[in-house]
Amino acid sequence: MKRSYFAGPYAVWMILFTIAPMIFVVFYAFHTTDGGITFDNIIRCFDATTMKVFLRSVKLALMCTMLCLLLGYPAAYILASKDFSKYKMLFVLFILPMWMNFLLRTYATMSLLENRGIINTVLEKLGFERVNMIGTEGAVLFGMVYNFLPFMILPIHTSLKKMDTRVIEAAQDLGANPFRVFARVTLPLSVPGVISGITMVFMPAVTTFAISRLLGNGNFMLLGDMIEKQFMESHDWSFGSALSLFMMILIMLSIGLLNRIEPNKGEGGGKW
Amino acid sequence: MKKLSLLVALALVVTLFSGFAPEARAEETLTVYNWYDYIDDSVIEEFEKETGIKVRYVNFTTNEEMYVKMTAGGGQYDVIMPSDYMIERLIKEDMLVELDYSLLPNAAGVIDWMKTPAYDPNGVHSVPYMWGTVGILYNTDYVDEEITSWKSIFDPSYSSDVFMLDSIRDSIGVTLKMLGYSLNTREPEALEEAKQALIQQKKDGIVQGYLVDEVKDKMIGGEAAMAVMWSGDAMYAIMENDSLEYVVPEEGSNVWVDAMCIPKSCKNVEAAHKFIDFMCRPDIAYKNMQYIYYSTPISAVVDMMSEEELAYEALNPSDEAVARCEFFNDISEYMSIYDKIWMDIRA
Repeated sequence: MKRSYFAGPYAVWMILFTIAPMIFVVFYAFHTTDGGITFDNIIRCFDATTMKVFLRSVKLALMCTMLCLLLGYPAAYILASKDFSKYKMLFVLFILPMWMNFLLRTYATMSLLENRGIINTVLEKLGFERVNMIGTEGAVLFGMVYNFLPFMILPIHTSLKKMDTRVIEAAQDLGANPFRVFARVTLPLSVPGVISGITMVFMPAVTTFAISRLLGNGNFMLLGDMIEKQFMESHDWSFGSALSLFMMILIMLSIGLLNRIEPNKGEGGGKW
Repeated sequence: MKKLSLLVALALVVTLFSGFAPEARAEETLTVYNWYDYIDDSVIEEFEKETGIKVRYVNFTTNEEMYVKMTAGGGQYDVIMPSDYMIERLIKEDMLVELDYSLLPNAAGVIDWMKTPAYDPNGVHSVPYMWGTVGILYNTDYVDEEITSWKSIFDPSYSSDVFMLDSIRDSIGVTLKMLGYSLNTREPEALEEAKQALIQQKKDGIVQGYLVDEVKDKMIGGEAAMAVMWSGDAMYAIMENDSLEYVVPEEGSNVWVDAMCIPKSCKNVEAAHKFIDFMCRPDIAYKNMQYIYYSTPISAVVDMMSEEELAYEALNPSDEAVARCEFFNDISEYMSIYDKIWMDIRA
């Protein structure tokens, strides 16, 4: 007997919550509010204002992904190494922030960074000048890295953990120094983890919306904010859908690009 | 087999979303659709006790949300409390019942100028519930001068010290007022001038941020010198921080009214009238005013207010202030132009 019917519930789920909404998005993107077919919304995705927002979103998302990789890879490497494997608590500490709602964390970050917030109050008490942090691009970037870092560490950690240690031992036996072992063996084998880490950070980073408002004081509008505004305030569902479609294509392209550089398909890490 | 499991799954999903069967309608019920956190709950209990009518109280957060829920079906409401320009639109679309004032004796107590507002000539379709203005909330610890003009929020000496409302019509509206135009203008030149002023304001680094809900807490915490704000939020902030003051600038501003209406889909028009009348009763309106701290449209409630309360411009706007203010008109078909301008400023 075929077991495919076990997928039935999921098929229904997917039709209702993935396929149908996608059809709506595409439909709205090409229709005016009164029902006529139009390409204006798509064209508007390429005007100067949208492009400015788009470039800012991509820039911040790339910077965030890079920072997460720089911070996350060493962290995942250390956590996966033998010396640390007995300290399970350390690993828990890395994912602990994810147990808390991200909005709550972002609000907390906001009260830390404000001009008369906790950090600045301490600085002033110690006799230093106040530092303007809230409302800057740096604050937005910080919030993004803080929120998305676990998504980088986890897949890299998994791929490093699953690595066959005999390969490393073989390299060592053949006389490779620790740097060479890392560069020629460990790093290439962890690429699938890195790729899925990059994807898992880049995707939410490029679609971020609340963080830029709360930590950037609304000074740096991102694509996510712009889409939210179309639906919540302007009630221009058509342009909002066009923007969403635009963003989906952007993500699809970047994932396609990433998958091209993945050397050993089908092994380790996540597949995207 | 496959079909069967699909059916089962579908049935599951359907039951998941269909909710529970409605209660048996033994007693009279009334569905009231109001803004979120905009009533003293004890008032509803009192109404239920006095009339025996059961109230189902539901909330919305924007006029547009209310409009969508009302027109797209799905919700059946007996009393709604939209704002002025939305009422204008609902009247235009013939969606409101004409009120029978013989059933609303307490509505006679509404302050005179609000009985015949521009959005609802002669007040046939609506009775005011709460009202207020848009103005500047400023912190006297950081501002030495007396603020009287919208020009202050465009003054480069307040570097990174001003919060703007991330609300299209309010922010563009007050800028139009500063420039001497109506806040309902459709003149392209006037809108372009306002757009340039707002872009310059951003370029000069005067704006600390564009936010809505977060602004009042930031002002209480002393994060900025000035903020464009609705009078009700300003009142809340003033109660928390003594250094804050509120002013309706001399160039004029927006005045708004949230009013009670009965949609044509109402099933119990008589009970709906009873509810509206109850809300206008001075002791009830006073309770609501005390709870939400927005301005009351009932003149008897103004008389009940303490000296201290009367002194707050945010709670009890003076007649002069109101005289220089304007209502927003319904410009729904022109809104996309405002949207584009706001995006150009914010991006």
